[in-house]
Amino acid sequence: MNTEILGIVGMYSIVLLLAIPFGKYIGKVFINEKTWADLFFNPLDKIFYKLGGINPAKAMNWKQHLMALLTINLIWFLLAMLVLTNMSWLPLNPDGNPSMSGDLAFNTAVSFITNTNLQHYSGETGLSYFGQLTLMLWQFISAACGIAIAAVVFFAMKERTTEKLGNFYFLFVRTCTRILLPLALTVALLLAYNGVPMTFEGKDTITNLQGDTVRVSRGPVAAFVAIKQLGTNGGGFYGPNSTHPLENPNYFTNMVETISIFLIPIAMVFALGFVLKKRKLAWMIFGVMTVGFILLLVPTITNEMKGNPAIAKMGITQPLGSMEGKEVRFGPAASAYWAINTTVTSNGSVNAMHDSLTPLSGMNTLLGMMVNCFYGGVGVGFLNFYIFIILAVFISGLMVGRTPEFLGKKIEAREMKIAMIIALLHPLLILAGTAIASYLYAHNPTAYASWLNNPGFHGFSEMLYEFTSSSANNGSGFEGLGDNTPFWNIACGVVMLLARYLPIIGPVAIAGSLAAKKYIPESAGTLKTDTATFGLMVFAVIVIVAALSFFPALALGPIAEYFSLY
Amino acid sequence: MKEHILPAIQITAICLLIFSGVYTLIVLAVSQLSFNNGKGEIIVANGKTYYTNVGQKFTDDKYFYSRPSAVDYNAAASGGSNKGPANPDYLKTVRDRIDTFLVHNPAVSKNKIPSDLVTASGAGLDPHISVQAATIQVKRIAKLRSIPEPVLQELISKNTEKPLLGFLGTERVHVLKLNLALDQLK
Repeated sequence: MNTEILGIVGMYSIVLLLAIPFGKYIGKVFINEKTWADLFFNPLDKIFYKLGGINPAKAMNWKQHLMALLTINLIWFLLAMLVLTNMSWLPLNPDGNPSMSGDLAFNTAVSFITNTNLQHYSGETGLSYFGQLTLMLWQFISAACGIAIAAVVFFAMKERTTEKLGNFYFLFVRTCTRILLPLALTVALLLAYNGVPMTFEGKDTITNLQGDTVRVSRGPVAAFVAIKQLGTNGGGFYGPNSTHPLENPNYFTNMVETISIFLIPIAMVFALGFVLKKRKLAWMIFGVMTVGFILLLVPTITNEMKGNPAIAKMGITQPLGSMEGKEVRFGPAASAYWAINTTVTSNGSVNAMHDSLTPLSGMNTLLGMMVNCFYGGVGVGFLNFYIFIILAVFISGLMVGRTPEFLGKKIEAREMKIAMIIALLHPLLILAGTAIASYLYAHNPTAYASWLNNPGFHGFSEMLYEFTSSSANNGSGFEGLGDNTPFWNIACGVVMLLARYLPIIGPVAIAGSLAAKKYIPESAGTLKTDTATFGLMVFAVIVIVAALSFFPALALGPIAEYFSLY
Repeated sequence: MKEHILPAIQITAICLLIFSGVYTLIVLAVSQLSFNNGKGEIIVANGKTYYTNVGQKFTDDKYFYSRPSAVDYNAAASGGSNKGPANPDYLKTVRDRIDTFLVHNPAVSKNKIPSDLVTASGAGLDPHISVQAATIQVKRIAKLRSIPEPVLQELISKNTEKPLLGFLGTERVHVLKLNLALDQLK
């Protein structure tokens, strides 16, 4: 078989082999079961509890959980603003990079606390090392925040009636120290020993073989890249992210970084199975997610390996495939695989420029973000999937004429209203945002000429992609978009905020209210939710609610571009 | 909300210390033992230092060309072209690159040119080209440097990097290493 395809099969097999046992470990971390790692981590966690002034044994109800989460996120926002607007005089700035303007700092601060990592700046010129290191803090803690709140929903799904859903800080701290820290250390060292720089020295100046003088940006890259990949963050150290040969020097580092994208999102599904002691349910969820992922993946790889038809017409050969925006050391197949990995999870790092993908591949990356729950972001991907489960239970209940129940709890009007609002929020933010931007551009193309890097359908796709990426908390971009303007900084910032916190509040509210309801033991009349039939139902709901609401927009962008090209 | 403010501030402070501070220092300390003390892999040749992984601009006819770059191989402001596949300006750029290549390599027939030689990479710093991209430049260099073609062919196969473990990923040629080896042929 083709070595490029084997590389992909290798990456998926390894991540699956790692994610299943790791999911069990995550489950143990959540329910406080003993592991061999306690010896080291218990003292470390105690430091947090003691200096943080918290009692990890105090159980919270769902409202207290949300309050704790929102408060700490507000503190993070303020701290991020403070650092980003004062980098120029703060330490660790060997290249003398400037502080950010107010609107750019707002966008960047929101982007990092919401686990999005949309970057309207370029790392080499837009941040000091101090700025990079503080942004790295949110790559840890915003990820931990999502994982911790997903654990709260896991607890709420247990078969009992309760309001007590564990302690938020307990889950948050343990996620940071026991899940993210050891993984990040491992990955960072693997990268550092394979050519990714880790230094605090500034730019180097060299003369190349041909005699030109060039400056080379360096920095503490290895530490940053590791957690950027693992926490579905995606914000690159350098502007072009993991296409940069110092951020991703060879095929081995590319495999490590790609595997890091999927590891925790997949493991979370198996963690759910472990916590609830419902392995079949976990496999149903995993199955639906995997089918969705593969349906997006296969056409993308095929299209990228086939190449660009407009270039084929010029009479040259494309033995590798479509190479614009791609690196020879990865090849189009591994780049297509990464592109779908990074968009179905809310990672957003790239190892090829998405703006230069062939039209249908561009559409599949968009669809990955529009659905946003085929594995999904760490923690929050499951919350999105949870909403679709609730919708599917309700619809199936109506179809067979029974009261809809999920895991022994009745789903009633209140839960359904919340689920519908959350399911429709994502299309609303994306389509309304794109509509406003298109309106502005169409009515004054000269004033906004610097926005778009490509004419026609593709230009529309650039705007659609930016709002989709913001609303999915993804962070990748069709980077041709001239996005460091007050309009894009503020519009995307607001979208990211709404699209992060409302889809956390909604599912937690549903789960919390279900947890407090009376538990109805399973009977012959109960709708089984851990079967392939129900999986198909969930998949249908996802296709109808998520994918189809975007069809008109996709028809104007990538689909129209496809027909203009082929 | 009030009861959460103080713990939130305190936990954030500890996180800052541990994840931005301690974690970074551990990675930094252990990296000191890696290539060039973690400052990036380098190649030293003829008393000069080059970064192994950072691609260089090669447009001189006596060297194997590297790929086109949207940022002219500026390793302090890297980036791609971000051009869509149907963009007319972009397609014109590619056509121009093909024509320029044919002018400099009259012995090559157009349908042998692989697309990586006329398209820009993602970061504009790609250190590699495909094997085919190196092979079609042999005639030009052989003529200019008066080196027999088989010698150059062998040089290419010596500098070809195989897929990882022999079966994962692409086969490619490291342009800088190839050109350094080329300079040493005399």
